[in-house]
Amino acid sequence: MDFSALLSQLLNGLAEASSLFLVAAGLSLIFGVTRIVNFAHGSFYMLGLYIAYSIVEHLMGSMGAAGFWLGLALAAISVGLIGAVVEIVLLRRIYKAPELFQLLATFALVLVINDAVLGYWGAEELLGRRAPGLSGSIDILGRQFPSYNFFLIAIGPVILGLVWLLLVRTRWGVLVRAATQDREMLGALGVNQAWLFTSVFALGAMLAGLGGAVQLPREPASLSLDLRTIGEAFVIVVVGGMGSLPGAYVAALLIAEIKALCIGLGSTTLFGIPVSFSKLTLVIEFLVMAVVLVLRPWGLMGKPQATSRNSAPVEAPLRPGSTHFKWLMGALLLALAVLPLLSTWLPYASVLTQDVLVTVLFAVSLHFIMGPGGMHSFGHAAYFGLGAYGAAILFKVLTMPMPLAFAFAPLVAGLGALVFGWFCVRLSGVYLAMLTLAFSQIVWSVVFQWEDVTGGSNGITGIWPSAWLDGTRYYYLTLVLVVSSLFLVRRILFAPFGYSLRAARDSALRADAIGIDVKRVQWLAFIIAGLFAGLAGTLYIFSKGSISPDAMAVGKSVDGLVMVLLGGIQNLLGPVVGASVFSVLQDSIMRATDYWRAVFGGVILLLVLVFPQGIAGFFQQLAEAWRHWRARAAVKAAALPRTLEKQA
Amino acid sequence: MTLLQVRDLNKSFGGVRAVDGINFDLHEGELLALIGPNGAGKSTTFNMVGGQLKASGGSIQLLGQELVGRRPRDICRMQVGRTFQIAETFASLTVLENVQMALLSHHGKGFSLFRSARKMYRDEALALLAQVGMERHAERPCSELAYGDVKRVELAMGLANDPKLLLMDEPTAGMGPEERNDLMALTKRLVVERKMAVLFTEHSMDVVFAYADRMIVLARGRLIAEGDAQYIRNHPKVQQVYFGTGKTFEHEMAQQQVQV
Repeated sequence: MDFSALLSQLLNGLAEASSLFLVAAGLSLIFGVTRIVNFAHGSFYMLGLYIAYSIVEHLMGSMGAAGFWLGLALAAISVGLIGAVVEIVLLRRIYKAPELFQLLATFALVLVINDAVLGYWGAEELLGRRAPGLSGSIDILGRQFPSYNFFLIAIGPVILGLVWLLLVRTRWGVLVRAATQDREMLGALGVNQAWLFTSVFALGAMLAGLGGAVQLPREPASLSLDLRTIGEAFVIVVVGGMGSLPGAYVAALLIAEIKALCIGLGSTTLFGIPVSFSKLTLVIEFLVMAVVLVLRPWGLMGKPQATSRNSAPVEAPLRPGSTHFKWLMGALLLALAVLPLLSTWLPYASVLTQDVLVTVLFAVSLHFIMGPGGMHSFGHAAYFGLGAYGAAILFKVLTMPMPLAFAFAPLVAGLGALVFGWFCVRLSGVYLAMLTLAFSQIVWSVVFQWEDVTGGSNGITGIWPSAWLDGTRYYYLTLVLVVSSLFLVRRILFAPFGYSLRAARDSALRADAIGIDVKRVQWLAFIIAGLFAGLAGTLYIFSKGSISPDAMAVGKSVDGLVMVLLGGIQNLLGPVVGASVFSVLQDSIMRATDYWRAVFGGVILLLVLVFPQGIAGFFQQLAEAWRHWRARAAVKAAALPRTLEKQA
Repeated sequence: MTLLQVRDLNKSFGGVRAVDGINFDLHEGELLALIGPNGAGKSTTFNMVGGQLKASGGSIQLLGQELVGRRPRDICRMQVGRTFQIAETFASLTVLENVQMALLSHHGKGFSLFRSARKMYRDEALALLAQVGMERHAERPCSELAYGDVKRVELAMGLANDPKLLLMDEPTAGMGPEERNDLMALTKRLVVERKMAVLFTEHSMDVVFAYADRMIVLARGRLIAEGDAQYIRNHPKVQQVYFGTGKTFEHEMAQQQVQV
């Protein structure tokens, strides 16, 4: 690669960095003040781009060149207004909810916005107009460089400067910085936090909208932009340090430049091995993030943060199941066992149940580290995928006999968890979540790009169980394995290790002082969860016969989170109930409407607002209220004769 | 017999010498109080003995074994128990399970995966709870208890590894006067019964003077006095750090006399 090519790639990187920075800056601001990790921030970016497209199309007809620039500004402002509405209608109700519920709510927003865009603009990609006056290109050392990119290069630092001035020189800025330090204290000083939060959220949304709008001449508006952008923005905020604006800019620059370099280098030979750097772009940012988090867990320019005050109510002690509960479980098991015999009347039931069982196992394995372990994994799909792809590769590429491949595949996932877990347990809170996400993204990219072995985006097909395990027998194998896994997980939670795990979550300081090796406990839990998720993946692939990278993408990890929270994180039955309801809902909504994402998002929002303790948690509360009411009724009944006596 | 030997212990945070070369001994069966005004270096000293902070220099020896450089969990294995300034217990476990957990860990069973923990060390845990007067609350969630009771549970957990040395960081902070005396009387009794030593920091002087066998006084990271209640009470330097020089008062008196 010669110097001019390098220079033009570096300039490209600079232009790329600006938009990324705008999104990340908004995300960082919002997190700093409201402590909400806004999953929907990528959606704001996408909205900015779509709205800019429509407004510019409209205005350029009547106003010409001025319409373009005005359109960009109006698009950003519209997104800011949408942000304000979202904050007032939704977020205000969940500031006091546990951190994870806030994430879930903003993720529901992603689904709703995505379908709203689909409904209004349609599924086709839309490419905007070129910027009037900047549509040409400039010659740099013999290479053509689009002149619009210079505008992009400039806008990042300009906005950084403006926001910085706003934060440092205005009263509003002082309040924002104070809120970032200590919200309670600021409230005690008589500041109206409600409007402060709204304005910060609106500003953050506006920055994301602007980031999207300025991409109009470069990037076609498409429906996949939301999740892609939020992934990159998360990485930048985490690498730069939560809440640090200059950090966000430095991180955006670093990542955009490294990516640009990878594209520029293309395929070369290193130490005699051909290495394709351009293929690295999918994974490089996550690699950077993993390295930064391991070396400097609080990001390049962030400060180490005190552990966030957990607003979730304290979990009740675990009680062993009552006799009623055991009978109920026995009856359920019996029903599942006779299900295939009813196939004449319910042909679809055992197929659906098979899927539900696998999903339940996946959710239970995630709950194991999230609930009792207190480690919020955003990348649990990686271990599901490792199990599934492990089985596929052992079976197809290494041509192992099916039972052997089946037995070894979960170990592949366990091995992955062993390696990744070692890094992950060194972090906590949001940073831990982001590192798990990074690792799962790395696994996904490797699977996506290693075409010779994994089949790339097409995946692997033709993975069926041996003849003697086909059909109904495979259903029973699944039933037996899933039920015994659930039993085993429950057993572990009631064993000393389960105590250690919950102890390490409740108070690491105390656990350490009574001799518990907290990191090792969490690491082992991570490996156990990985093994069971891997088993779920293995069961999945032999029932479907094929797999593609989609089955282990970010969306799958989020599905897991939704299931656990839906069922109730503080309840051992939670993931079982959550996963069952989730699979059945998804199955029925998807068949009923094209806009299943929006419906699904709506259901999640409803759940977050109405049943913040999850479904299983809700019924548990109901049962307690009933017991309480009966106890009081009994006391009253006992007191009644005495009062009568006294009156007599 | 000397149990704990602290020699030339120091700790710097940046340029601040929080603890500046202190020496003291602690004997078996002794209740030793570490006192001093805010910022004297009490908690820092304390956390260095417990392993939560690493000393910048000097040595801390428990029966001839060096503690500096060891992690808290290793120090726990050497039969040192501790309680924290703000009580640290496991909120989602019951009182009994909290103590069981401490016992399980002490017996190296913390990684056992299959056996139900419910019955393990149950009687031992109940016995410990009885010692601190909490056996009636055994089945309650720890999160429901009054703060004074949480401190008792923490004490029971601190006793689970049959400690030779118990570290108590402000054991009576946040407690009412009656609870305070109860807890200290209990501690005193345990010291006698178990022949263990207790090192504790404390702000309320009534507790210190009533229960400590001996006390050491820190001020600005240095040890300024060491002795029994009588000696400390009359020590001029101690009076100075706690009450100022008293000169202002004398000065005013003198001026008034002149005017008269």
